[in-house]
Amino acid sequence: MRLGLVIDLDTCVGCHACAVACKEWNTSGTTAPLTDYDPYGAKPSGVWFNRIRHFEIGDYPYNKTINFPMSCMHCENAECVTVCPTGASYKRAEDGIVLVDQNKCMGCNYCSWACPYGARELDRVSGTMKKCTLCIDRIYDMEIPEEERQPACVLTCPAHARMYGDLDDAESPVSRAVRDRGGYQLMPELNYNPTNHYLPPRVHAPIPTEELKKKAVRKVKEWVNRVVER
Amino acid sequence: MHPALAVIFLTLFSGGGFGIMALTAIINDFQIDGGLNPLQTMVAVILSLVFVSIGMLSSTAHLANPKNAWRAFTRWRTSWLAREGVFAVLYYPFAFAYLVWVFFTAGTQDTVGLILANLAGLIGLITIFCQGMIYAVLRTIRQWNTALVPANFYVMGLAIGATILAAERMIMGAPALTLVGIALGLLVAAAVMKGIYYFWISRPNGPTIRTATGFNRSTVRILDQGHTFGTFLTEEFGHTLPSAKARSIKFMMYIFAFIIPVAALVIGFLTGQMFFAWLAIVSVVFGIGVERWLFFVEAQHVINLYHGRQQC
Repeated sequence: MRLGLVIDLDTCVGCHACAVACKEWNTSGTTAPLTDYDPYGAKPSGVWFNRIRHFEIGDYPYNKTINFPMSCMHCENAECVTVCPTGASYKRAEDGIVLVDQNKCMGCNYCSWACPYGARELDRVSGTMKKCTLCIDRIYDMEIPEEERQPACVLTCPAHARMYGDLDDAESPVSRAVRDRGGYQLMPELNYNPTNHYLPPRVHAPIPTEELKKKAVRKVKEWVNRVVER
Repeated sequence: MHPALAVIFLTLFSGGGFGIMALTAIINDFQIDGGLNPLQTMVAVILSLVFVSIGMLSSTAHLANPKNAWRAFTRWRTSWLAREGVFAVLYYPFAFAYLVWVFFTAGTQDTVGLILANLAGLIGLITIFCQGMIYAVLRTIRQWNTALVPANFYVMGLAIGATILAAERMIMGAPALTLVGIALGLLVAAAVMKGIYYFWISRPNGPTIRTATGFNRSTVRILDQGHTFGTFLTEEFGHTLPSAKARSIKFMMYIFAFIIPVAALVIGFLTGQMFFAWLAIVSVVFGIGVERWLFFVEAQHVINLYHGRQQC
């Protein structure tokens, strides 16, 4: 099993709801709290597992805004785990989730240097490294309804731009989406082999605007404009 | 990269300390300039231990949660940081044993003494290699991901060690011709190695904002980083150095790390003025400290691509 996320860049609206839901769930989860520094002050900052950036792709007038959520990619070649000197960082053999044992971490930052995707953030208050757990305390919780056993970010996404599933299973919805839509990994040249995939924007036929039939009301307006003197 | 003083001091002082130990062993192996007498040997070994200890202690200041530092020795099978810790600690018993042996027997160059000295020196050199590999294995930072990094750490550590040993001999009034020659050779080699390194990293290379976002065939620009103030990522990885400023700091670094020590050793040797020997020590440690600061500030992590950098 290789659990991970597939993120649809076509439908993501950049609302940051996934980041907020992540923060809300995980600040009382297994690696809690996600400390905030100066939250209501002039320089608000803090620990987040999920950050959304916004890019402009292409040049005007052929440009497009892409909203770009990023969290831990749960890489196959997770260098963050390889470099960890204490054994606090580990990758679970059964489902590929990369976790940090908060009781072992000494806060040396080395794993964050090894991560190309900025998935790891040091919590200054606890002195330990924190990262996305894929909501491991939700997805295996037998007390909640089965349809809710998904990461908080996926459940909350209003645009259904986030999918969660097993990328090892070729017939799972996530694998199907990656196959059908040409899903890709970020910075493949670094050979981290991230589990999370991104679906590129769909290519839509442009909506014609020139030859549209004018509505009757608009015709009357134009006629009135011509007749009435200003 | 954030230039944390703790890590700068770790690599600077422990590198110099291991350099002193390795060269002490070599000098006594081959009795270069007659070898070090017991007092000189003990001063050298104590200096080495002090330098390594300054490095090790300051490295713990870099830890946000030092109570778990003992666990850093456990993952030596995969982590170069753990290997560095293991070898650095392994160095102490051999260096101490040599110190004690010389103190009680004055045996700087007998079999037991030389075995201890060479083992301590060898372990020190292995530790420098591990230290360099900590940085060289990171594919995320192209300025570090090169074999030149451990090579530079070696030659810089040995240059510091040789300068200090040559200066020590001069201050203690013993023949130092060959030692000064070794120090000059290593300082020049270090300067050349650093030049090769700067040439190697001079042009942007590796992942771009396009491969980072996957939009390989179009221009990509950042519109919004998504946070109102800094994050851990911008604080840790956001540091840059304007190239004009970097050039002038490198110029200053070359003067302090290489030119002043070379000149001071030569002048001190020719005139017998002890001030120049001290100047060489202070200048080389400060200069290579600046070099290590540059090493961190110039390292550009690929996460900066997600904050709008086109290439690192």
